[in-house]
Amino acid sequence: MKRLLASTAVMLALALPAAAQDYTPDPNAKPGGTITITYKDDVATLDPAIGYDWQNWSMIKSIFDGLMDYVPGTTQLRPGLAESYEISEDGLTYTFKLRPGVKFHNGREMVAEDLKYSLDRVTLPATQSPGAGFFGSIKGFDAMADGSATTLEGVTVVDPSTVRIELSRPDATFLHVMALNFASVVPKEAVEAAGADFGKQPVGTGAFKLGEWTLGQRLVFEKNADYWRAGVPYLDSIVFEVGQEPIVALLRLQNGEVDVPGDGIPPAKFTEVMADPAQAERVVEGGQLHTGYITMNVTQPPFDNLQVRQAVNMAINKQRITQIINGRAIPATQPLPPSMPGYTEGYEGYPHDVEKAKALLSEAGFADGFETELYVMNTDPNPRIAQAIQQDLSQIGIKASIQSLAQANVIEAGGNGSAPMIWSGGMAWIADFPDPSNFYGPILGCAGAADGGWNWSKFCDEALDAKATEADSLADPARAEERLKLWSDVYTGVMEKAPWVPVFNEQRYTMKSARMGGDDSLYVDPVSIPVNYDYVFVTE
Amino acid sequence: MPAYLLRRLFQSALILLGVSLVTFILLYVLPADPVRQIAGRSATPQVVENIRRQLGLDQPFLVQYGRYLWGLLQGDFGRSYLQKTDVATLIAARLPATLQLMGGAILCELVLGLTMGIVAALRRGRALDQGLMIVSFVAVSAPQFVVSLLLLYVFAVKLGWFPIGGYGTLSHLVLPAVTLGILGSGWYSRMMRSSMIDVLRQDYIRTARAKGLTRGRVILRHALPNAILPIVAMIGIDIGIFMGGIVVVESVFGWPGIGQLAWQAIQRIDIPIIMGVTMVSACAIVLGNLLADLVTPFIDPRIKLK
Repeated sequence: MKRLLASTAVMLALALPAAAQDYTPDPNAKPGGTITITYKDDVATLDPAIGYDWQNWSMIKSIFDGLMDYVPGTTQLRPGLAESYEISEDGLTYTFKLRPGVKFHNGREMVAEDLKYSLDRVTLPATQSPGAGFFGSIKGFDAMADGSATTLEGVTVVDPSTVRIELSRPDATFLHVMALNFASVVPKEAVEAAGADFGKQPVGTGAFKLGEWTLGQRLVFEKNADYWRAGVPYLDSIVFEVGQEPIVALLRLQNGEVDVPGDGIPPAKFTEVMADPAQAERVVEGGQLHTGYITMNVTQPPFDNLQVRQAVNMAINKQRITQIINGRAIPATQPLPPSMPGYTEGYEGYPHDVEKAKALLSEAGFADGFETELYVMNTDPNPRIAQAIQQDLSQIGIKASIQSLAQANVIEAGGNGSAPMIWSGGMAWIADFPDPSNFYGPILGCAGAADGGWNWSKFCDEALDAKATEADSLADPARAEERLKLWSDVYTGVMEKAPWVPVFNEQRYTMKSARMGGDDSLYVDPVSIPVNYDYVFVTE
Repeated sequence: MPAYLLRRLFQSALILLGVSLVTFILLYVLPADPVRQIAGRSATPQVVENIRRQLGLDQPFLVQYGRYLWGLLQGDFGRSYLQKTDVATLIAARLPATLQLMGGAILCELVLGLTMGIVAALRRGRALDQGLMIVSFVAVSAPQFVVSLLLLYVFAVKLGWFPIGGYGTLSHLVLPAVTLGILGSGWYSRMMRSSMIDVLRQDYIRTARAKGLTRGRVILRHALPNAILPIVAMIGIDIGIFMGGIVVVESVFGWPGIGQLAWQAIQRIDIPIIMGVTMVSACAIVLGNLLADLVTPFIDPRIKLK
């Protein structure tokens, strides 16, 4: 028997009891205007199945929509292209009713076939989507991955406005997955017409459409006047200028030429900006779903010894490390960041205690310490942070030599297990979606510990893995609290085994020009990273 | 002459083949996996292997290199792993900006460098000479990043004479070209100075002076054309360097040149782009040198190409 939810509002109320149900737009918001945003790196692609970069993530969010979406500036789910949905009692079948009258930028109405096509496309190996793995719980995914099927068995078009998705296992994160960029709905005819260049000629249902793209220089987004959400977007157009050094972007912002520097305030200029009240006033601070950590490879000595790992945890002076980045972070006690559901309030982890760390180390048989290597990405401030870690380790007799390498080389050394310790800065985990499970599987679970995986500690605890699986099978929104408790237990369980030193949770600091309007939370949106373009506006 | 050209072109082809082989080997042995960059952090091992097979990166080195070379011979630079766009398109999009900056920079280098070099040579050993050589020494050793930012801050932000970075009009070109001009002028002025001093010592200069020609005429008609030969060779090399991209100056001024493309590709190990830029730049160096050599007989008729 299926439990039919009268409306999505009820569903959301069940899932997120204390949360506001939708976004109340700013009453002062005025439509019109053009803003300029800068980025250092080029935009590689706007194909939602492929794009996975800092700069294109929120651009893609503005051009495309998925079945689910988030309340702007928050981590709360709300329906997107789905008007409503129902979940079967066993949590294995999701039936989505599509919103009628939604049009692609090419004028055609979006129908259920488009959703099926889009999910097939993203999971097809030929697409080479970095997000394919997120859809692993859909029935028929394995056959897609090994090439024996070309369409997902579990996705059925019931009628032009209804899609049924069957899962092979209960997955409490499934609605979040449907809100990922990778699950965006794309029109088949436009994808086929563009061939391999769809990423440069995107067509979606989103608030903006691509107007102009001069490779390596600029992109212009234009307002989608037919956007299905009433009242938004406010802006007529957005100009993205790429290839701009953050320091120069800041100078241009001060000169009134740029509205938002997409890469934030450069570390070298932070103190100067904050010291000037006129500028500091326009700085926006927000949490982000980020944790910076040190991994210790538990498969090789001496880090196969629990006491050694605990000693390292106690040796690190996290407070001092946050000072290196101008205090733009808060010390971390556990893998999850504080704004993530499932975070364990009041958990202290391993407080800084050099004496106790020394004692633990000598108990473990390393009274004289040992020599090891600390891998780090070679861009500022990471080598400086690595030096602080090195000093802290030397306090308890551990001599760590720093291997400062390009990002790809550190990732390789972490993936193949040759790095004893890694400082995650510059490569650290920022959640794909606001759910505690996203911090486990690839970086702390057994699956990620395989050769080439992102679990650089190579930590694999079968009991914790089982508990994580159990938590994610609690798909019933009524049991959300119970599920979060399980996740909290998983992460405190991880900390007992101490494969990581969670060091800090970075806060995001960005800036906007004086004319930019809209709630501050839109400029540090935890999901539409870095800016939620659909809801910001200009005041002049 | 045609035989000379043919031989040089053949040599150039061999050099380019060597460059492609060495770069390909370096990228092959690099301890970093391009497939993991494409597959991302959430990919399963199966996804990683699928991508590796599709890109042919599971093949032995010789097969991979052979395929690349075969494509290259047909004018196919391959497709970017991450941008999923033809490398030729990406490079072509950056060419106008690169050529513009190259032209502007070489012009500034020549104007500044030759003036300094000639004046220093004529005032050899005096205070002006020593002063100019200190200036050229500073120019040679100044970090690009500092000079770029300094000029940008003073002339764009404070004085507002030029736009703060960007590309498009002539006024956008001035600051990046002058930055490169100042930095490069150090080399040119030193080369010009020593070459000029050598020439001024020659007998024919003394003869010219003895004939009663004016000092200005001796310098412009007799000394300069002979002293400038090494400079022509330097320009040939410079063309190649600029075609490879000037990463720092391009990023500070937001100049959409080839350097930015290459730098971003290197960070993400986008092999087709790295190879493409390397080949284009190597081609430019080889052709620049060839061009410089071909021009020489016109400046100095004593030189014959054999």
